Amino acid sequence: MTEFLAVAWKAGEVPELLGAAGTLGGGDETALLFLGGDEEARQAAARWGALHRIPGIETRLADTGSVAGALAGAQKALFAPVVLLPSTRRGKETAGRLAQILGAGVLTDVHRMERGEGGAICCHRYALGGAAVSVQRIGTAVQVIALDPGSFEAAPERGPGPVNELSVPLPEGSVVLREARPRVRDTVDIAAADCLVAVGLGLDRKEDLALVERLARAVGGEIACSKPVATDRKWLPEDRIIGLSGKKCRPALAVLLGISGQVQFTVGIRDAKTILSVNTDENAAIMTLSDYVFIADLREILPELAGKMDAGPG
Amino acid sequence: MRIAVAMKPVPDLLQIRMKDRRPVLEDVPVVLGAIDRSALEIAVELKEKTSGHIVVLMAGDGRLEDTVKEALAAGADEALLIRDARLNGADGSLSAHALAAGVRKIGPVDLLLFGEGSTDNYSGQVMSRVSEILGIPQAGYVRDIVVEGETLIVTRSLEDEEEILEIRPPAAFSVLSEIREPRIPSVTAILKARKKPATVLSLDELGVGTGSGAGVETVSTLAPMTGRKGERIPSLEELVRVLRKEAPGGGA
Ligand SMILES: Cc1cc2nc3c(=O)[nH]c(=O)nc-3n(C[C@H](O)[C@H](O)[C@H](O)COP(=O)(O)OP(=O)(O)OC[C@H]3O[C@@H](n4cnc5c(N)ncnc54)[C@H](O)[C@@H]3O)c2cc1C
Repeated sequence: MTEFLAVAWKAGEVPELLGAAGTLGGGDETALLFLGGDEEARQAAARWGALHRIPGIETRLADTGSVAGALAGAQKALFAPVVLLPSTRRGKETAGRLAQILGAGVLTDVHRMERGEGGAICCHRYALGGAAVSVQRIGTAVQVIALDPGSFEAAPERGPGPVNELSVPLPEGSVVLREARPRVRDTVDIAAADCLVAVGLGLDRKEDLALVERLARAVGGEIACSKPVATDRKWLPEDRIIGLSGKKCRPALAVLLGISGQVQFTVGIRDAKTILSVNTDENAAIMTLSDYVFIADLREILPELAGKMDAGPG
Repeated sequence: MRIAVAMKPVPDLLQIRMKDRRPVLEDVPVVLGAIDRSALEIAVELKEKTSGHIVVLMAGDGRLEDTVKEALAAGADEALLIRDARLNGADGSLSAHALAAGVRKIGPVDLLLFGEGSTDNYSGQVMSRVSEILGIPQAGYVRDIVVEGETLIVTRSLEDEEEILEIRPPAAFSVLSEIREPRIPSVTAILKARKKPATVLSLDELGVGTGSGAGVETVSTLAPMTGRKGERIPSLEELVRVLRKEAPGGGA
């Protein structure tokens, strides 16, 4: 019998899920359930060892009700009391429905876990929009925990192993997938960048983005942004959002231009080594989270700053 | 189309202070969840297209009448407020049971809308739980909803792809903030909202038993340490120097 059941939609999610289980003492016996197709499952098993698959589920992923129903069946068949899944949008949506079926408590966006009193799993997640960190424990016999991608150490490969087909019912669903359109993903991963130059709503002329790009190039940074710059103004792709609903980043240097520092943003940049902010408002919340602050109007300083930085040292 | 919009009363995060790293929640005003307001806005659009009706559902432990006024002014027709001391700090499970009971109370709805996450906890679990309790199909992270005859055409936005789904009502969706920009109600709308009905019920009155919360226990909630010095940079020249010094690659 195993304590953990790790559920992965994509092969890339497996190492962190197994790694997270590993930190709690769930070693090789952690059960792995893979929701991809047959061929993909075989490839995953070659690297990650024995895994389970529910035949046909890969064609039903859009129907959360049916996936959660099948996962509940798998959890019962495998007797694993702790279900770990990735806190992706798909994972989070499924977690709630699965927990409801299983009568389980659920925690999402968990970025750290450790054993507490009596071996209880203590989960760390942001609360109050990111202003605080809560440590929480699930008190039910079955627990569903969704793990923040990128927060856990990857496990080493443990394969090869067999693919075991689980025969659990796949409930009939009523959601019809008419079309799936791949999103053009950014080639840049801001979560992995060593230096970020992030813009907020304080940058109010789109043409000034070109100056910000020059500045970014000069400091060797990638461009990132606060949420409304991407979702409301649509000036930058959503992959560039820092924060609670964007990415948690930990660059060596973060330059924040015209960002007020509301908690949902700061939670994604708090772990930067050095933070430098430029803002017109000396009382902006971001000031207390910065190592350096420069009080100035971006409209006025950006041309000169980009020029001076371009010119190089000396 | 009959639409229910679940809106969470949340503390105004801008007004929370930290004392010894602990959040002070006393006297912090309660506001509508930010993303829930976007859910209400798409509901109003669908209502206008289908000559529908919108009920706002709100579950909490405090006074909800004032908070819900804004939703009624922004286009909802009536409100069901579920007020109960047991909802103080409730986990998603109890809130879900309360809201599901509320939906049953108001009678058949075609569409049940939520924000993708609440402003405070952002756990994104309640829509999924309510869907399971009511046994209806669901879709999360919805960026658009279009009515096509008897069917709802929904765009679900995931990290790597977008799905176009066909779902027959009744169904529950959680929406992204970008689905619609919430309106700021006009003065006349605010005045009119006073006359819209708001019913208040307790969990007992809705038949939600004490066993409904699925025990998530909070051990501690603390603000992280910051310890940054916020050094003022006096001039642009100095800014250039600091940027060069701190840039990981040495600043070209
Ligand atoms: C559930 C939830 C999740 C969220 N997730 C995220 C998230 O992941 N990431 C995120 O960023 N936000 C998120 N938000 C939104 C967040 O609450 C804020 O609305 C957002 O971060 C504000 O962005 P901003 O700082 O760019 O804009 P504003 O708050 O408008 O700040 C603009 C700043 O620019 C300054 N400024 C104005 N003009 C100038 C000028 N000419 N020169 C210099 N400075 C100037 C102003 O003083 C101000 O400080 C979320 C919200 C919710 C409810």
